[in-house]
Amino acid sequence: MKALTELYAQQFKTTFAMMLQYRAALAIWMIGHVLEPLIYLVVWSTAASSRGGSVGDYSTREFAAYFLTMMLVNHVTYTWIMWEFEYRIRHGSLSAALLRPVHPIHSDIADNVSSKLITLPFMIIIAAGLALLFHPNLSPSPWVFLAAIPVLLLAFAIRFLFEWTLAQAAFWTTRVSAINQIYFVLVLFLSGQIAPLSLFPRSVQIAAEWLPFRWMIGFPVELLLGRIAPVQAMTGVGVQVAWVILGLILLKAVWRRGVRTYSAVGA
Amino acid sequence: MSYLRLLFAFFRMSILGEMAYRVNFFVQLFQSLLELATALAGVAVIFSHTHTLGGWNPDEVLALVGVYFLVGGIIGLVIQPGMEQFIESVRDGTLDFTLTKPEDAQLLISIRRIEIWKLIDIGLGMGVLAIALVRLGAAIGGLQTGIFILMLLSGATIVYSFWLILAALSFWFVRVENILVIFQSMYEAGRWPISLYPGWLRFGLTFIVPVAFATSVPAEALTGRLNQTTLLGAVAAAVILFLAARFFWFVGLRRYSGASA
Repeated sequence: MKALTELYAQQFKTTFAMMLQYRAALAIWMIGHVLEPLIYLVVWSTAASSRGGSVGDYSTREFAAYFLTMMLVNHVTYTWIMWEFEYRIRHGSLSAALLRPVHPIHSDIADNVSSKLITLPFMIIIAAGLALLFHPNLSPSPWVFLAAIPVLLLAFAIRFLFEWTLAQAAFWTTRVSAINQIYFVLVLFLSGQIAPLSLFPRSVQIAAEWLPFRWMIGFPVELLLGRIAPVQAMTGVGVQVAWVILGLILLKAVWRRGVRTYSAVGA
Repeated sequence: MSYLRLLFAFFRMSILGEMAYRVNFFVQLFQSLLELATALAGVAVIFSHTHTLGGWNPDEVLALVGVYFLVGGIIGLVIQPGMEQFIESVRDGTLDFTLTKPEDAQLLISIRRIEIWKLIDIGLGMGVLAIALVRLGAAIGGLQTGIFILMLLSGATIVYSFWLILAALSFWFVRVENILVIFQSMYEAGRWPISLYPGWLRFGLTFIVPVAFATSVPAEALTGRLNQTTLLGAVAAAVILFLAARFFWFVGLRRYSGASA
């Protein structure tokens, strides 16, 4: 345990410095993270106002709250590991990581967390600025903020584990972009990125309950909006923990097989 | 005329090059269809809750999706791959070879790489557009079609000039690939009518990153929303931006000293 803490302390030092070198790239990627929720915010607000102020159980200002919260939750939980992994395998740079005595996932976690430590303050400022423009209706009770901490951490863990596992598809195929695209479509519709899940037909909602995507984004957002009762929140955390465990098992199994098929290209 | 011949030659070369990877066709077809299905499903979700969106009915938004794919296909077919290769060639100095050719260098870098699979997107875009127009049942006369094509051409010219200016920044700064990502993420906003967005965003999408001219304006021309000011503005913007890009290109080129020598 002590070894791992020291490892992370060291990793953070290097990755934090590294991420600071990529400031421009980080800023540019942030544009996408702001714009996409903003587009859906505008589209749904427009739809709500042409329907006399609300669509389903969301009013114009509640849509603003939903998508601005989603902007932050999405930013906290996102990863870019799929592109990174493909590059590592194609260029053989994974070989160096394999020689180290620790699992390569640790440096990826450190990378991801330090990039967010740099960008998150800006995202919060942007979201606050947009809040002044769109007047979101947001009044959560205090317990929500307390519950949000474990829920967000678990959401990040689920997304990270599943995307890290998916990224390993690059061990077997060079056409990962098609696989990634399928994954992104599923996330878009089933996690609540494109619209609150309650606006979908019942069958889609049931599918979302049983799949991991909602637990990465939609559930934390709804919790922060105060749309989830304390008991439901407890069950939700339970479901999240189950997905984390499942994700860990899956990751281990895929990694064991993947590494075996890996033969360093360009070494 | 010789320009067309050149374009044709590069086109043929790209086809020959890609023929070696025939499975790519099916992968690309799959990805394009998935992207289109995603866009249509998004529109369907919205319109399952409302009949109009900011004054646009479903079929009009469908026409806009068609234009979005058509223009996106044109960008992906020739503009984006050319500019990416150009930036790369400034960095590693291979632009030298292009400059020694007896043709206009700006033309060469613009058309030398063609991503032929993007023709799929162009085809899908035109298909969606055709379906939308049939459903709209609009008796679209020759004049309206002419204006639509004119707006499409203006939009493409504006986007091309904008990309060229950004790419030409590589004469001053070494790493600019990331700037190109800005357009790609902003382009997504063009899938919905620009008139939906609040004023400041509409301004940004029109005058800072000219997404509006690429998708919304041609779609407005088709659905009879275009006013004369926008029409003339789009043509003027295309001409001015094209000349500006050309000027910027020459200024930058003077700074280029080759990196390989």
